[in-house]
Amino acid sequence: MTQTRLVEVRQNVLKHNDVLARQLRIRFQEAGVFVASFVSSPGSGKTAFLEKTLTMLRPNYRIAALVGDLATANDAARLSRAEVPVKQIETGTICHLEAQMVENALGDWDLNELDCLFIENVGNLVCPSSYDLGEALRVVLMSTTEGEDKPRKYPTIFNTADVAVITKMDLATAVEFDLKTARASIQAVRPGMKVFEVSSKTGAGMDEWRQFLQSQFVAKAETLLLETV
Amino acid sequence: MHELSIALSIIEGATEEAQKHNGAKVEAVHLKLGKLSGVVKDALLFSWEIACQGTTLEGSRLEITEISVVVHCENCKTDRTLAEINNFSCPVCNAPTSEVLQGRELEVTALEIIE
Repeated sequence: MTQTRLVEVRQNVLKHNDVLARQLRIRFQEAGVFVASFVSSPGSGKTAFLEKTLTMLRPNYRIAALVGDLATANDAARLSRAEVPVKQIETGTICHLEAQMVENALGDWDLNELDCLFIENVGNLVCPSSYDLGEALRVVLMSTTEGEDKPRKYPTIFNTADVAVITKMDLATAVEFDLKTARASIQAVRPGMKVFEVSSKTGAGMDEWRQFLQSQFVAKAETLLLETV
Repeated sequence: MHELSIALSIIEGATEEAQKHNGAKVEAVHLKLGKLSGVVKDALLFSWEIACQGTTLEGSRLEITEISVVVHCENCKTDRTLAEINNFSCPVCNAPTSEVLQGRELEVTALEIIE
Protein backbone atom coordinates (compact mmCIF):
# COMPACT_ATOMS: atom_id res chain seq x y z
CA MET A 1 0.00 0.00 0.00
CA THR A 2 1.31 3.46 -0.82
CA GLN A 3 1.13 6.26 1.66
CA THR A 4 1.96 9.92 1.69
CA ARG A 5 4.67 11.01 4.07
CA LEU A 6 5.83 14.50 4.97
CA VAL A 7 9.58 14.87 4.85
CA GLU A 8 10.99 17.96 6.49
CA VAL A 9 13.75 19.77 4.63
CA ARG A 10 15.30 23.18 5.04
CA GLN A 11 16.45 24.29 1.68
CA ASN A 12 17.18 27.86 0.68
CA VAL A 13 16.00 28.05 -2.93
CA LEU A 14 18.72 30.54 -3.88
CA LYS A 15 21.42 28.61 -2.05
CA HIS A 16 23.49 28.09 -5.20
CA ASN A 17 23.59 31.84 -5.89
CA ASP A 18 24.14 32.75 -2.23
CA VAL A 19 27.08 30.37 -1.88
CA LEU A 20 28.69 31.73 -5.05
CA ALA A 21 28.07 35.32 -3.94
CA ARG A 22 29.73 34.61 -0.61
CA GLN A 23 32.77 33.16 -2.40
CA LEU A 24 32.93 36.23 -4.62
CA ARG A 25 32.69 38.53 -1.60
CA ILE A 26 35.63 36.74 0.03
CA ARG A 27 37.61 36.96 -3.23
CA PHE A 28 36.91 40.70 -3.48
CA GLN A 29 37.87 41.23 0.15
CA GLU A 30 41.10 39.31 -0.16
CA ALA A 31 42.07 41.27 -3.26
CA GLY A 32 41.11 44.54 -1.56
CA VAL A 33 38.56 45.53 -4.21
CA PHE A 34 35.57 47.61 -3.22
CA VAL A 35 32.54 46.42 -5.21
CA ALA A 36 29.41 48.48 -5.77
CA SER A 37 26.40 47.43 -7.83
CA PHE A 38 23.84 49.72 -9.48
CA VAL A 39 20.18 48.77 -9.82
CA SER A 40 17.32 50.80 -11.29
CA SER A 41 14.54 50.74 -13.84
CA PRO A 42 15.49 50.99 -17.52
CA GLY A 43 16.31 54.52 -18.59
CA SER A 44 16.93 56.01 -15.16
CA GLY A 45 20.44 57.06 -16.12
CA LYS A 46 22.58 54.25 -14.68
CA THR A 47 25.06 54.24 -17.53
CA ALA A 48 25.47 58.03 -17.64
CA PHE A 49 25.95 58.08 -13.86
CA LEU A 50 28.44 55.22 -14.05
CA GLU A 51 30.37 56.94 -16.86
CA LYS A 52 30.61 60.09 -14.78
CA THR A 53 31.66 58.11 -11.70
CA LEU A 54 34.36 56.22 -13.62
CA THR A 55 35.76 59.39 -15.18
CA MET A 56 35.81 61.09 -11.80
CA LEU A 57 37.63 58.28 -9.98
CA ARG A 58 40.01 57.25 -12.75
CA PRO A 59 42.85 59.69 -11.95
CA ASN A 60 43.20 58.37 -8.41
CA TYR A 61 41.98 54.78 -8.42
CA ARG A 62 42.31 51.60 -10.43
CA ILE A 63 38.75 50.90 -11.47
CA ALA A 64 36.78 48.59 -13.74
CA ALA A 65 33.14 47.94 -14.58
CA LEU A 66 30.83 45.10 -15.57
CA VAL A 67 27.60 46.07 -17.29
CA GLY A 68 24.59 43.82 -17.71
CA ASP A 69 22.00 44.05 -20.46
CA LEU A 70 19.70 41.60 -22.18
CA ALA A 71 21.33 42.37 -25.52
CA THR A 72 23.88 44.63 -27.24
CA ALA A 73 27.28 45.78 -26.07
CA ASN A 74 26.32 49.45 -26.49
CA ASP A 75 26.81 50.30 -22.83
CA ALA A 76 30.29 48.81 -22.69
CA ALA A 77 31.21 50.75 -25.84
CA ARG A 78 29.83 53.93 -24.29
CA LEU A 79 31.65 53.35 -21.02
CA SER A 80 34.95 52.65 -22.75
CA ARG A 81 35.10 56.42 -23.26
CA ALA A 82 35.96 56.60 -19.57
CA GLU A 83 39.14 54.69 -20.47
CA VAL A 84 38.84 52.01 -17.83
CA PRO A 85 38.44 48.24 -18.36
CA VAL A 86 34.77 47.48 -19.08
CA LYS A 87 33.10 44.19 -19.90
CA GLN A 88 29.55 43.66 -21.08
CA ILE A 89 27.46 40.82 -19.69
CA GLU A 90 24.73 39.92 -22.17
CA THR A 91 22.11 37.98 -20.24
CA GLY A 92 20.03 36.89 -23.23
CA THR A 93 16.49 36.66 -21.93
CA ILE A 94 17.37 36.79 -18.25
CA CYS A 95 16.09 39.87 -16.48
CA HIS A 96 18.77 40.16 -13.79
CA LEU A 97 22.41 39.40 -13.05
CA GLU A 98 23.38 36.36 -10.97
CA ALA A 99 26.58 35.68 -9.07
CA GLN A 100 27.59 33.07 -11.65
CA MET A 101 27.45 35.63 -14.47
CA VAL A 102 29.66 37.99 -12.49
CA GLU A 103 32.16 35.24 -11.81
CA ASN A 104 32.24 34.24 -15.47
CA ALA A 105 32.64 37.84 -16.61
CA LEU A 106 35.57 38.49 -14.27
CA GLY A 107 37.48 35.94 -16.35
CA ASP A 108 41.14 36.79 -16.53
CA TRP A 109 40.98 40.11 -14.70
CA ASP A 110 43.52 40.28 -11.91
CA LEU A 111 41.50 41.61 -8.98
CA ASN A 112 44.70 42.52 -7.13
CA GLU A 113 45.23 45.19 -9.78
CA LEU A 114 41.93 46.90 -8.91
CA ASP A 115 40.75 49.23 -6.15
CA CYS A 116 37.14 49.36 -7.16
CA LEU A 117 34.73 47.44 -9.35
CA PHE A 118 31.30 48.65 -10.44
CA ILE A 119 28.58 46.26 -11.55
CA GLU A 120 25.66 47.72 -13.48
CA ASN A 121 22.68 45.39 -13.24
CA VAL A 122 20.04 44.90 -15.93
CA GLY A 123 17.46 47.71 -15.85
CA ASN A 124 14.76 46.13 -13.70
CA LEU A 125 13.37 47.07 -10.31
CA VAL A 126 12.00 43.64 -9.43
CA CYS A 127 14.14 40.61 -10.18
CA PRO A 128 17.65 41.83 -9.23
CA SER A 129 16.51 42.25 -5.61
CA SER A 130 16.64 38.49 -4.95
CA TYR A 131 20.21 37.94 -6.19
CA ASP A 132 23.29 38.70 -4.13
CA LEU A 133 26.27 39.46 -6.38
CA GLY A 134 28.91 39.60 -3.67
CA GLU A 135 28.94 43.41 -3.72
CA ALA A 136 29.81 45.52 -0.68
CA LEU A 137 27.40 48.29 -1.60
CA ARG A 138 24.12 48.12 -3.49
CA VAL A 139 23.10 51.43 -4.99
CA VAL A 140 19.53 51.95 -6.17
CA LEU A 141 18.89 54.78 -8.62
CA MET A 142 15.69 56.60 -9.48
CA SER A 143 15.36 59.54 -11.82
CA THR A 144 13.31 62.69 -11.38
CA THR A 145 11.29 61.75 -14.48
CA GLU A 146 9.98 58.54 -12.93
CA GLY A 147 7.69 59.92 -10.25
CA GLU A 148 8.22 60.36 -6.53
CA ASP A 149 6.41 57.20 -5.44
CA LYS A 150 8.70 54.71 -7.24
CA PRO A 151 10.15 53.43 -3.94
CA ARG A 152 6.70 52.69 -2.54
CA LYS A 153 5.78 50.83 -5.74
CA TYR A 154 8.96 48.74 -5.67
CA PRO A 155 9.71 48.47 -1.94
CA THR A 156 11.77 45.28 -2.09
CA ILE A 157 14.57 46.61 -4.28
CA PHE A 158 14.79 49.82 -2.26
CA ASN A 159 14.76 47.87 0.99
CA THR A 160 17.61 45.61 -0.11
CA ALA A 161 19.77 48.54 -1.27
CA ASP A 162 22.30 50.41 0.90
CA VAL A 163 22.10 53.88 -0.61
CA ALA A 164 19.81 55.66 -3.07
CA VAL A 165 20.72 58.10 -5.82
CA ILE A 166 18.20 60.44 -7.40
CA THR A 167 19.40 61.16 -10.94
CA LYS A 168 18.55 63.76 -13.60
CA MET A 169 18.22 66.53 -10.99
CA ASP A 170 18.73 69.03 -13.83
CA LEU A 171 15.24 68.05 -15.06
CA ALA A 172 13.58 68.30 -11.64
CA THR A 173 11.95 71.69 -12.23
CA ALA A 174 10.82 70.88 -15.77
CA VAL A 175 9.00 67.73 -14.64
CA GLU A 176 7.80 69.30 -11.36
CA PHE A 177 9.61 66.70 -9.32
CA ASP A 178 8.77 66.93 -5.63
CA LEU A 179 12.01 66.15 -3.83
CA LYS A 180 10.47 66.12 -0.37
CA THR A 181 7.86 63.51 -1.34
CA ALA A 182 10.50 61.40 -3.08
CA ARG A 183 12.75 61.46 -0.03
CA ALA A 184 9.80 60.54 2.24
CA SER A 185 8.93 57.70 -0.12
CA ILE A 186 12.49 56.32 0.13
CA GLN A 187 12.52 56.67 3.91
CA ALA A 188 9.15 54.86 4.15
CA VAL A 189 10.57 51.69 2.61
CA ARG A 190 14.10 51.96 3.97
CA PRO A 191 14.31 54.19 7.05
CA GLY A 192 17.68 55.84 7.48
CA MET A 193 18.90 55.23 3.92
CA LYS A 194 21.42 57.77 2.65
CA VAL A 195 20.18 59.62 -0.43
CA PHE A 196 22.24 61.49 -3.05
CA GLU A 197 20.82 63.98 -5.53
CA VAL A 198 22.85 64.20 -8.72
CA SER A 199 22.89 65.31 -12.30
CA SER A 200 25.26 63.36 -14.50
CA LYS A 201 24.81 66.04 -17.11
CA THR A 202 25.78 69.10 -15.09
CA GLY A 203 27.87 67.28 -12.48
CA ALA A 204 25.77 68.64 -9.62
CA GLY A 205 25.98 66.46 -6.52
CA MET A 206 28.80 64.37 -7.94
CA ASP A 207 31.35 65.72 -5.51
CA GLU A 208 29.35 64.54 -2.51
CA TRP A 209 28.97 61.15 -4.16
CA ARG A 210 32.73 60.95 -4.78
CA GLN A 211 33.47 61.84 -1.15
CA PHE A 212 31.08 59.14 0.03
CA LEU A 213 32.72 56.50 -2.19
CA GLN A 214 36.15 57.53 -0.98
CA SER A 215 35.02 57.22 2.63
CA GLN A 216 33.81 53.70 1.79
CA PHE A 217 37.22 52.83 0.32
CA VAL A 218 38.92 54.09 3.48
CA ALA A 219 36.50 52.20 5.74
CA LYS A 220 37.17 49.07 3.74
CA ALA A 221 40.94 49.47 3.90
CA GLU A 222 40.73 49.94 7.65
CA THR A 223 38.65 46.77 8.05
CA LEU A 224 41.22 44.89 5.99
CA LEU A 225 44.01 46.24 8.13
CA LEU A 226 42.19 45.16 11.29
CA GLU A 227 41.65 41.71 9.87
CA THR A 228 45.30 41.23 9.02
CA VAL A 229 46.58 42.45 12.40
CA MET B 1 9.77 37.95 -14.14
CA HIS B 2 12.24 35.52 -12.62
CA GLU B 3 9.69 33.19 -11.02
CA LEU B 4 10.20 30.53 -13.69
CA SER B 5 13.88 30.20 -12.86
CA ILE B 6 12.96 30.14 -9.15
CA ALA B 7 10.48 27.32 -9.88
CA LEU B 8 13.21 25.41 -11.71
CA SER B 9 15.56 25.79 -8.73
CA ILE B 10 12.87 24.44 -6.40
CA ILE B 11 12.30 21.46 -8.69
CA GLU B 12 16.03 20.76 -8.84
CA GLY B 13 16.27 20.77 -5.03
CA ALA B 14 13.14 18.66 -4.58
CA THR B 15 14.36 16.10 -7.12
CA GLU B 16 17.66 15.75 -5.26
CA GLU B 17 15.82 15.31 -1.98
CA ALA B 18 13.45 12.71 -3.46
CA GLN B 19 16.44 10.72 -4.67
CA LYS B 20 17.56 10.39 -1.05
CA HIS B 21 14.24 8.60 -0.46
CA ASN B 22 14.76 6.01 -3.18
CA GLY B 23 13.31 8.25 -5.87
CA ALA B 24 9.93 8.52 -4.13
CA LYS B 25 7.24 10.40 -6.02
CA VAL B 26 6.88 14.00 -4.84
CA GLU B 27 3.25 14.93 -4.40
CA ALA B 28 3.75 18.41 -2.99
CA VAL B 29 6.48 20.89 -2.14
CA HIS B 30 6.00 23.20 0.84
CA LEU B 31 7.57 26.62 0.49
CA LYS B 32 7.98 29.55 2.86
CA LEU B 33 7.77 32.77 0.87
CA GLY B 34 8.65 36.04 2.55
CA LYS B 35 6.80 39.14 1.39
CA LEU B 36 10.20 40.81 1.02
CA SER B 37 11.77 37.96 -0.96
CA GLY B 38 11.22 39.67 -4.30
CA VAL B 39 9.23 36.69 -5.56
CA VAL B 40 5.54 37.00 -6.37
CA LYS B 41 3.29 34.16 -5.18
CA ASP B 42 0.87 34.14 -8.11
CA ALA B 43 3.63 34.32 -10.70
CA LEU B 44 5.44 31.45 -8.99
CA LEU B 45 2.28 29.30 -8.92
CA PHE B 46 1.70 30.11 -12.57
CA SER B 47 5.26 29.03 -13.41
CA TRP B 48 5.09 25.86 -11.32
CA GLU B 49 2.97 23.76 -13.64
CA ILE B 50 5.00 24.71 -16.70
CA ALA B 51 8.31 24.15 -14.93
CA CYS B 52 7.22 20.70 -13.69
CA GLN B 53 6.30 19.42 -17.15
CA GLY B 54 8.46 16.53 -18.23
CA THR B 55 10.10 16.21 -14.80
CA THR B 56 9.44 13.67 -12.04
CA LEU B 57 7.45 16.42 -10.30
CA GLU B 58 4.85 16.67 -13.06
CA GLY B 59 1.42 16.93 -11.46
CA SER B 60 2.78 17.96 -8.05
CA ARG B 61 1.44 20.83 -5.96
CA LEU B 62 3.32 23.82 -4.67
CA GLU B 63 2.04 24.76 -1.21
CA ILE B 64 3.08 28.31 -0.39
CA THR B 65 2.99 29.82 3.08
CA GLU B 66 3.44 33.56 2.87
CA ILE B 67 5.59 35.07 5.59
CA SER B 68 4.81 38.59 6.73
CA VAL B 69 7.51 41.10 7.42
CA VAL B 70 8.40 41.36 11.11
CA VAL B 71 10.53 44.27 12.29
CA HIS B 72 11.92 45.24 15.64
CA CYS B 73 10.65 48.56 16.93
CA GLU B 74 13.43 50.24 18.93
CA ASN B 75 10.92 52.63 20.46
CA CYS B 76 8.46 50.00 21.76
CA LYS B 77 11.25 47.43 22.30
CA THR B 78 8.89 44.96 20.67
CA ASP B 79 8.75 42.95 17.43
CA ARG B 80 5.96 44.10 15.14
CA THR B 81 4.33 42.64 12.04
CA LEU B 82 3.98 45.05 9.11
CA ALA B 83 0.71 45.07 7.19
CA GLU B 84 2.33 46.50 4.05
CA ILE B 85 5.88 46.31 2.77
CA ASN B 86 5.90 49.90 1.57
CA ASN B 87 5.70 51.45 4.99
CA PHE B 88 8.47 50.50 7.36
CA SER B 89 7.15 52.15 10.46
CA CYS B 90 5.84 50.67 13.69
CA PRO B 91 2.08 50.03 13.39
CA VAL B 92 1.66 51.09 17.02
CA CYS B 93 3.94 54.07 17.66
CA ASN B 94 4.72 54.99 14.03
CA ALA B 95 8.50 55.13 14.60
CA PRO B 96 10.59 54.23 11.52
CA THR B 97 11.82 50.65 11.75
CA SER B 98 14.58 49.27 9.57
CA GLU B 99 15.57 46.13 11.42
CA VAL B 100 13.94 43.30 9.47
CA LEU B 101 13.65 40.07 11.47
CA GLN B 102 11.51 38.07 9.11
CA GLY B 103 10.08 38.31 5.62
CA ARG B 104 12.99 37.57 3.25
CA GLU B 105 12.43 33.77 3.28
CA LEU B 106 12.52 31.73 0.10
CA GLU B 107 12.85 28.30 1.54
CA VAL B 108 11.59 24.79 0.90
CA THR B 109 10.46 23.45 4.28
CA ALA B 110 8.97 20.03 3.46
CA LEU B 111 8.08 17.55 0.75
CA GLU B 112 5.05 15.29 0.62
CA ILE B 113 6.25 12.04 -0.85
CA ILE B 114 4.50 8.81 -1.76
CA GLU B 115 6.33 5.66 -0.75
